[in-house]
Amino acid sequence: MDLSLITFVQILVAVIAIICLMVANAVVMVYVERKVAGFIQRRPGPYEVGPWGTIQAICDSMKLLAKQIFVPANVDLVLFFLAPVLAFFPVLLLFLPIPFGPYLTPWKTPDGLVLILAFAGFGVLSNLLAGWASNNKYGVLGAARAVSQSIAYEIPLMLALMAVVFQAGSLNLSVIVEKQGWVPWEWNIVTQPLAFFIYLICLVAETNRAPFDLPEAESELTAGFHTEYSGMGFALFFLSEYANMLLVSFICATFFLGGYKGPIIDGFWWTIIKAYAVMVFIVWIRWTFPRVRFDQLLNINWKWLLPLGLLNLWITAIIIKVVN
Amino acid sequence: MASWLNFINPFTIDDDPGTYLGDFYTDNFEKGAQKGNVILNLGPQHPSTHGVLRVLVELYGEYVLRSEPVLGYLHRMQEKMGEVKTPYQYLPNMGRVDYLNPIAWNWAYAGAVELLAGIEVPERAEYLRIISAELNRISSHLLWWGAFVLDLGGVTPILYAFEEREKINDILQIVTGSRLTMNYFRFGGVGQDGDERFFALIGEFIPYMRERLKMYKDLVTDNVILRRRLEGIGPMDRDLCLRYGATGPILRAAGVDYDTRKAIPYGLYHKFEYRVPIGPPNDNFGRYIMRLEEIEASLTILSQAIESIPQGKHIIDKAPKPAYKLPPGEVFFAVEGARGQVICHILSDGGKTPYRIKLRAPGFSNLSLFAEAAKGTILADAIAILGSLDLVIPEVDR
Repeated sequence: MDLSLITFVQILVAVIAIICLMVANAVVMVYVERKVAGFIQRRPGPYEVGPWGTIQAICDSMKLLAKQIFVPANVDLVLFFLAPVLAFFPVLLLFLPIPFGPYLTPWKTPDGLVLILAFAGFGVLSNLLAGWASNNKYGVLGAARAVSQSIAYEIPLMLALMAVVFQAGSLNLSVIVEKQGWVPWEWNIVTQPLAFFIYLICLVAETNRAPFDLPEAESELTAGFHTEYSGMGFALFFLSEYANMLLVSFICATFFLGGYKGPIIDGFWWTIIKAYAVMVFIVWIRWTFPRVRFDQLLNINWKWLLPLGLLNLWITAIIIKVVN
Repeated sequence: MASWLNFINPFTIDDDPGTYLGDFYTDNFEKGAQKGNVILNLGPQHPSTHGVLRVLVELYGEYVLRSEPVLGYLHRMQEKMGEVKTPYQYLPNMGRVDYLNPIAWNWAYAGAVELLAGIEVPERAEYLRIISAELNRISSHLLWWGAFVLDLGGVTPILYAFEEREKINDILQIVTGSRLTMNYFRFGGVGQDGDERFFALIGEFIPYMRERLKMYKDLVTDNVILRRRLEGIGPMDRDLCLRYGATGPILRAAGVDYDTRKAIPYGLYHKFEYRVPIGPPNDNFGRYIMRLEEIEASLTILSQAIESIPQGKHIIDKAPKPAYKLPPGEVFFAVEGARGQVICHILSDGGKTPYRIKLRAPGFSNLSLFAEAAKGTILADAIAILGSLDLVIPEVDR
């Protein structure tokens, strides 16, 4: 791997662009989420601030910026302030290997998937630190749940992605997109339906969204690991949640839905459309399902998703061997 | 550490943390705890305690080993107020005891006074009482349904439940004049007669609500996650319910056929034909189903009532005036509220105000089941059990 000056500048520009993307995404998704929730619950959603309530998200973020950062008694100050930062910034790196368009990949690394899976662990670390450092029993319970949930669901998630990697023969995300065609029946979702299904469930669990939002289960743990965070601390957790959603949606689009390829002209717009379709799906199931219990959550993983993922990987391997 | 913490945030309390161990209840609860277990304070400002209930739980991991409800955060001396106010002045308080089911409390107090004073109620007034009480029961069960699914993490159903509840409030507003703390009953009748619009709206509401119940079943009751969260969780058997004096849907889910409307008939309930749902199952799901079926039973009563309501007066001519004095004596009147048996017990010595009033809140007895039922469950299930008891804290504390 040669990190020449050009690559370095390229990554630097990409990181700045990704920060913009993450913030813009959070603004858009707050609005989309509240409007979709309003539609599902048969109410208008935000409509007071700006035309159709479009600047509601900006007003919300202004409010969060202006709020006092409350520090509870006897917290571990270093970890308490490190946790939200750690939740937000590692997500930046995860966007680097994603091919947004045919010529729009921040960093064309041959080991893109390894990078993503390696840095994805930082999210759970920040949840653990936040819960532990905030000197709150609800926080600790939320943190404990976050760790066991994320670690458990990372395994079937990896197995589902590995099946696609076997098929494409590469860890490079650009190659995986190139191996897929532009029509829906040439996408990996057709050849790997089981992997797609497993990935879809894991994606909801990994981003801590309902019905798998146990680390921050409101009715049990008030707000879970971020109970004691206010102002920008909370805002960073909020941003990272939406950034994580965006990331898993982009990965979903890249691995299973043909990435930037589409019926008319290939380009980043197809990636964006597909990713946001997945996002709206995540929002949709959040507002329609009740929450599962924690032991049920782990049972789904260890008793169903993991064996199914292994079986899927095994079958994929055999088919590839036979065909070749 | 505290001094430079103040530099960042001057509002941080920098006292010795040792002084924050807890109050009387926490200290006592902690004495019985095993070493190493976590004592968690759920409430009084916890999202799922529905008001200001506080529950102390001893947790081993996520398992609830022991729990103890702490009451009294919303004690408003309702019983004492009955001793210092004349019966006429005290009647509006009844809408405030249980703000979700005010009509049942109206009835309990008005019924007790009428029984003691020997006041006859016109037949039309009895019908209006039944109509308002059943509408109120439906609205209370609807709100419970929404809040219970909210406890389980489903946010959307409560907004659907509120839509129906609004319709009921619109109907009851015509005759009671208010939407929450209704004061509808008078000694010897009701406050206002229902007009044509009132009965027309009820006629529209009954088929509409039946349609909605079907939708609730398809969308919520048959959801696989909800079923897994409810079935087999928190069983409360017959003995437990009888020992703690549980009433209402909880007792009926345990298989005991006891409904005050049938056991100690009052009003004109004996004229109506309806089925009181009985369990088993006696778990969370049983209590859930019991309440949804009770909505159907109430709709049956309503449709019979608006068909057969007679013409006549809604209140007797010589209704008691504000300065009305109760004759000496002791009386006991029980009503089936949405949460169970509501009892008003009056002891009068013939003075301006009653000597003593005892209000029996069903929620208080039902809450006492929680500590037994929650033992050994996971925290999430304990919350679900608490929700399934349908607690209204103002009523528990009175």
